[in-house]
Amino acid sequence: MPAGPWGFKMTQIDYTRAAKYFLLSDIWAGMRLGLKYFFAPKATVNYPHEKGPLSPRFRGEHALRRYPNGEERCIACKLCEAICPAQAITIDAEPREDGSRRTTRYDIDMTKCIYCGFCQEACPVDAIVEGPNFEFATETREELFYDKAKLLENGDRWEAEIARNLEMDAPYR
Amino acid sequence: MAEFFTTNLGVFVIILGQCLLMAVFLLLSAYFILYADRKIWAAVQMRRGPNVVGAFGLLQSLADMLKLVLKEIIVPAGADKAVFFIAPVVSFALAMLAWAVIPFNESWLISNINVAILFVFAVSSLEVYGVIMGGWASNSKYPFLGSLRSAAQMISYEVSIGLIIIGVIISAGSMNFGQIVASQDTAYGFFGWYWLPHLPMVFLFFISALAETNRPPFDLPEAESELVAGYQVEYSSTPFLLFMAGEYIAIFLMCALTTLLFFGGWLSPIPGVTDGALWMVAKMGFFFFLFAMVKAIVPRFRYDQLMRLGWKVFLPFSLVWVVFVAFAAKFGWIGGIYARWAVGV
Repeated sequence: MPAGPWGFKMTQIDYTRAAKYFLLSDIWAGMRLGLKYFFAPKATVNYPHEKGPLSPRFRGEHALRRYPNGEERCIACKLCEAICPAQAITIDAEPREDGSRRTTRYDIDMTKCIYCGFCQEACPVDAIVEGPNFEFATETREELFYDKAKLLENGDRWEAEIARNLEMDAPYR
Repeated sequence: MAEFFTTNLGVFVIILGQCLLMAVFLLLSAYFILYADRKIWAAVQMRRGPNVVGAFGLLQSLADMLKLVLKEIIVPAGADKAVFFIAPVVSFALAMLAWAVIPFNESWLISNINVAILFVFAVSSLEVYGVIMGGWASNSKYPFLGSLRSAAQMISYEVSIGLIIIGVIISAGSMNFGQIVASQDTAYGFFGWYWLPHLPMVFLFFISALAETNRPPFDLPEAESELVAGYQVEYSSTPFLLFMAGEYIAIFLMCALTTLLFFGGWLSPIPGVTDGALWMVAKMGFFFFLFAMVKAIVPRFRYDQLMRLGWKVFLPFSLVWVVFVAFAAKFGWIGGIYARWAVGV
């Protein structure tokens, strides 16, 4: 390190870097880039008014489906209850008057559910499915403890979409 | 009726009316620059920003204000209650107070005093008390750290702001805003304003203003990633609203100062177009746009970088500049553009 005037130790000065620092070159570059993106089209979706595309395999809110004649599909085999890794499903069953086995209770605790889709995979009759609805937020926790009536109602409401999604996904299964 | 306004009571009524008008203007501008801030920030990040409450989200600030007012006021255990509640009031009141001497054109101002710029400087120095008191009274570690940082930061940058202002005062030969602007009103129009003779100081002033108002990239007092929200951590509801409004009004004050000192206040940049308060507001709006853009594009400084910049770069530079301006004014260098009041150009 060469000794400078008055005995000061002279360090090597990077003049280009110093000039850039004092001319605020980074700020100008940033400002230019910022303004470019300021006028660029928005990347975000205008959510409540428009929504992004959903895959047919999207795993949203659960629903219990019915056959076209109105008979509920679920036969109370309890495979979904067995496979559910979060143990969110509770099922009670007993024979109906006509002798067929049906659930008397089908509860899903949506606060426990991890939306893995195993219940849907396990179901031999395509009764429990995860539909395309993801906007089911509630104001209280209790509203998220779904019972059989709620799940069947979901099935009735989303049947068209669910059926279409199952049909579109069928070739890949 | 006319003679009523010459009596003491009449003058009092007039001043009260002016203060109310100014307060309404400031609260409205705080409302809209808060909205503009979020919109500009969002636009640079290619987001939409608030767009649901009201047309184009214009009522978003109102919704936020209502939400804050209706929330519960939470006082931390062990807080010094009196100081805890005085702090936001101090912060807000002082931010408003400085506007008493800010003119919008030759005659639109509340108080026309000769040391206006000193007054503004004094009041904005006091603003640090609101932050310090808030951080201290919260009896919590993050607010305390935030307020300590804020104190050091504001004091550091006030030094360079003061020196920069001295340069302008020498050039204008007055501390009255009206005369500072009048001295920029020359035959050269836009190029006669002080931004040209004081060019490097414009940037130093702008950057110091960012630090003085705790704006990004110098928002260390409320650095979210390390201090959660700094001195505001324990505040909720209306006290928080006061801090927030005070902060934005202080930012707008810095925009007004930049306009008055360097960009000709209410003077029109286009020859032939009349001067007026609208130009003043438009210029302030432009500088607020720059404030918001800087927030969007610059990453936060580290604390030692902030201190180094303040003491090792800004202070020597502005000090040298004051000396330079003093000589330039005394000896009428460069056609006397540094002291037109003395040489009469």
